[in-house]
Amino acid sequence: MASLYTHRDSNIRKTWIIFTVFLIIVIGAGFLFSRIYDNPTIVIFAVVFAVVMSMVSYWNSDKIVLAMAHAAPVSRESNRELYTIVENLSITAGLPVPKIYITDEAQLNAFATGRDPKHAVICVTRGLLERLNRSELEGVIAHELSHVGNRDILVSTIVVVLVGFIAILSDIFMRSLWLRGGGRRRGEGAQILLLLGIAFAILAPIIATLMRLAISRRRESLADASGALLTRYPDGLASALEKIRDDRTPMSIANNSTAHLWIDDPYNEQKKTPFLHKLFMTHPPIEERIKMLRGMKV
Amino acid sequence: MSITTIILIIAAVLIVIIIGIYNGLVRARVRMREALSDIDVQSKRRFDLVPNLVETVKGYMTQERTILENVTKARTAVMQSSGTPLEKADMENQFTGALKTLFAVSEQYPNLKSNMNFLELQRELEDTENKMMAARRFYNSTVQDLNTKIQTFPTSIIAGMFGFREEKFFEITASAEREPVKVKF
Repeated sequence: MASLYTHRDSNIRKTWIIFTVFLIIVIGAGFLFSRIYDNPTIVIFAVVFAVVMSMVSYWNSDKIVLAMAHAAPVSRESNRELYTIVENLSITAGLPVPKIYITDEAQLNAFATGRDPKHAVICVTRGLLERLNRSELEGVIAHELSHVGNRDILVSTIVVVLVGFIAILSDIFMRSLWLRGGGRRRGEGAQILLLLGIAFAILAPIIATLMRLAISRRRESLADASGALLTRYPDGLASALEKIRDDRTPMSIANNSTAHLWIDDPYNEQKKTPFLHKLFMTHPPIEERIKMLRGMKV
Repeated sequence: MSITTIILIIAAVLIVIIIGIYNGLVRARVRMREALSDIDVQSKRRFDLVPNLVETVKGYMTQERTILENVTKARTAVMQSSGTPLEKADMENQFTGALKTLFAVSEQYPNLKSNMNFLELQRELEDTENKMMAARRFYNSTVQDLNTKIQTFPTSIIAGMFGFREEKFFEITASAEREPVKVKF
């Protein structure tokens, strides 16, 4: 299972880069605001805010994600089969048993979150439990456990909070510019700053999306491969993915900022896919993943 | 720069590389031993469950004395075995076989099959067996890591110098599973 451990270091490095980019963006925005409004306290406020947000996202983003998914915890007693599957695969992977959550959605999907294996959470939808058989479920859980083992969960979870925040920030910025539109004018300097502000407002969501893409589509294929190493039965995950592909149930909690967490894109109704989402696909095409698994020899 | 400084620099770099490789090998070995103790945890759990099972079954299976004795014997053999992990695994597999026979025979006793305590124990034991398999697979993956390190160049040289030995894999299919369970009535 070498792939589990080699991939981990690059994910930890990525986390640092994302934090740095986040700090630069937020503090940069604070600087712009303070110039436009001529108020230096905004910079200080931005610095404090950015640092606090980073800390919150590191320590609490898993809880935020779970709250966004309306997930409820599972114990050994309440769902014995699921619990033993997770427990046994964790032993095979050499990981501590993660907390297990179920979200009351009919769509077939699952995700993992948490900052490290000791604080990991695996969440599955009710639909997944109802429609998959044991070996398919094992395949999905092994895939999620690979995300835990190689720390994909750390990167993708903090991204939810930080990227979500940048999106809100640029939104506020746009609105404030709109309101100030016909207001006081103070020569060319202010206008340049205004232009910079507009540029920032347009760029920020793009940067945010790129950051989310930084966690790369490749991670899903990687987790498929190392998950198959855990179960030694790639066909289990392959047939689970086939069922997930054929499933057209919409997800009520689907959200652009958490879409990348799930085993497959929660926006599965092709016609209604939001425009921006189509541009920035977070998952590799499911057909390719199935094909790779079917052709795998272990 | 004189030749001695160059030689000294090369020597220093070499030593750093050797230390790095050595530490990597030690880490792989520690991980492997840790995995081995995980197997023991599951083995111990099964070990503790069986006396309960024998107590529960005793009252029902009056004619199957030998089966119960076999289970107890196999359990003692596991307890007393002190060899390599693979020898131990062999004992464990015989133990698994004895338990399988017991559960196969228990199908003949409807009263026993409706005993909640028995059903619970049966489930627990099955689960523990699965966990033992899982722990062995993790052990195998750590052994694979270690063996790959020992065999590949240049780590192989350092491994040879410090006497790191390759470890053997567990066979995932237990011997008891390969041959059909013999049940005599």
